Amino acid sequence: MTQAALPRAGIPTAADILAPSPGVLLRRRILRHWGLLIGGTILAVIVLMALLAPLIAPHDPYDQDLARKLIPPIWHGGAKVTWAHPLGTDQLGRDYLSRLVYGARISLLIGVSAMLISGVIGTVLGVIAGYFGGRVDMLVSFIVTTRLSMPVVLVALAVVSIVGSSLTVVIWVLGLLIWDRFAVVMRSATQQIRAREFITAAQALGCSTPRILLTEVAPNVLNHLIVVATLEMAHAILLEAALSFLGLGVQPPTPSWGLMVSEAKGLMFFDPWLITIPGIALFALVLAINMLGDGLRDVTAPENRG
Amino acid sequence: MTAAALTAAQVEAAPMLEARDVSRTFRVSTGLLKPKRTLQAVEGVSLLVRPGEVVGLVGESGCGKTTLARMLLGLLPPTDGEIRVVGRPTAALPRRTIAQLVQPVFQDPYSSLNPRKSIGAIITLPLRVQGGSDSATWRAQVEEMMERVGLARSLYDNYPSQLSGGQRQRVAIARALINRPRLVICDEPTSALDVSVQSQILNLLQELRRDLGLTYLLISHNLAVVEHMATRVAVMYLGRIVEEADTDALFRAPKHPYTQALLASVLTPEPGLGVPDTQLGAAYPNPLDVPPGCRFHPRCAHVMDICRTVAPKPVASGEGFVECHLYGTP
Repeated sequence: MTQAALPRAGIPTAADILAPSPGVLLRRRILRHWGLLIGGTILAVIVLMALLAPLIAPHDPYDQDLARKLIPPIWHGGAKVTWAHPLGTDQLGRDYLSRLVYGARISLLIGVSAMLISGVIGTVLGVIAGYFGGRVDMLVSFIVTTRLSMPVVLVALAVVSIVGSSLTVVIWVLGLLIWDRFAVVMRSATQQIRAREFITAAQALGCSTPRILLTEVAPNVLNHLIVVATLEMAHAILLEAALSFLGLGVQPPTPSWGLMVSEAKGLMFFDPWLITIPGIALFALVLAINMLGDGLRDVTAPENRG
Repeated sequence: MTAAALTAAQVEAAPMLEARDVSRTFRVSTGLLKPKRTLQAVEGVSLLVRPGEVVGLVGESGCGKTTLARMLLGLLPPTDGEIRVVGRPTAALPRRTIAQLVQPVFQDPYSSLNPRKSIGAIITLPLRVQGGSDSATWRAQVEEMMERVGLARSLYDNYPSQLSGGQRQRVAIARALINRPRLVICDEPTSALDVSVQSQILNLLQELRRDLGLTYLLISHNLAVVEHMATRVAVMYLGRIVEEADTDALFRAPKHPYTQALLASVLTPEPGLGVPDTQLGAAYPNPLDVPPGCRFHPRCAHVMDICRTVAPKPVASGEGFVECHLYGTP
């Protein structure tokens, strides 16, 4: 009786000697991946900055004060430097730190929205092509090839100059132009999964095609989707900066990092910080997103590294 | 009197699965700009599986075994012929009804389980598809089935990557049996497993057949497995069943030269004997280019003139039949 009441400490049961679950392994790999952690941290800081912009920004980003124009940032030294404007002011006397903080909102908004639009288009096309194959695949591949033959920046420039530029137009133009990588990656990932026997098993169980796509295919291609999504988000942010720099993206006085570089290009040789500050911000954001994407690829699919 | 008794026996042995003259062709492209060619994967196969039987289907790779299995599962419509499950033609049945009657067990348990789903979710899926109950009932049913196939209940929330090959195959078997199908099509159920695990899985399949009153169609190229499990054997060559007989009769006295060669090709554990000579030659059968006459004649040791021009008709022999000019009409 006493023996039966004894806890079976130290005796391994079947559950104890199992390999760790995929979730535990994933968490372990994430915590060991420095690129992923650094990229994730920088991105988290920028996202927080964008979300809390009204609390962080010391001034209204639209407030002009020509009496206080072109104050250099605090590390520059000189008579005009003031803690009221830690990053200085631009040629219209607007606080540069406030514009940078609010600009993060525009960059992230465009990045996320364009990525979502292109992600939906590309994923639907790619999964359908990969799953059904045959004629459907041929048609989708033709659409993808057609899209790839169009230079993104040129088409975006043409459309924006015809339709007129606004934040919404930029988001839609980018979203409708950069779905090709989603389609290509999702197509080949789905083809791989399609050939596995658990898909046949699901068919033999009488699962409907939408159910197979959602519950059997989707969870297995999700890791590829996340990686492409981060890369395309960085791509969209850079394209927005390029369009804004060319004057066809976001319109002034909206604070956008690309527009800030563009507005300062006349003063590049006299007040270089006007270009380097938004430039560094863009660089850090895109680098962080790419590091995150690479890291996610490494930790979710270690066999696909390369 | 004997006639009446015969009818009773026939009623009892109403076929679980019946294939009548089933054919399947594929259009395959042989290269860019070349015309598509017709691949004859299965041609005019008739097969009868009675309740409680274990029918073995043997043949070398590429002879159409798997295509036939896919058609019997209702996953691939035959180009010709008719398949009936429990007397009902599959062409008219919805997929879900076929799924309740026939279920597959696949060869590779590393490929047949979704790596992103837990064991519990994988075995619950058939219940979910058929619907009509709540998750607590499902869980109880799944745990009962897990126990029946020899899996610990504690594995419910684990993932396939945490299990061994044998355990995974048990999961696949549990998934196939949870809805209590009448017929299970086992496509090489043990050939991806370690030898030590193979016999465990085969014994499990035997046990489940007894307990649940199942009927098996066992597809395999492992003759030892077929001899151990099957009550009747059909030998397939290049899309046709060339011989069908009771297991004992077939292994004791194979009739068709191809069956004889297959049995002769079994490797013995005797060292020094080397690889047995089957006299089949090196001519590999090509389903894109089926030989005229008897499709086995280019490799046959007993080839006659008639074999090159006339396709043999099935000749009844004992309980089964054989398709060869050596037998029947002189």
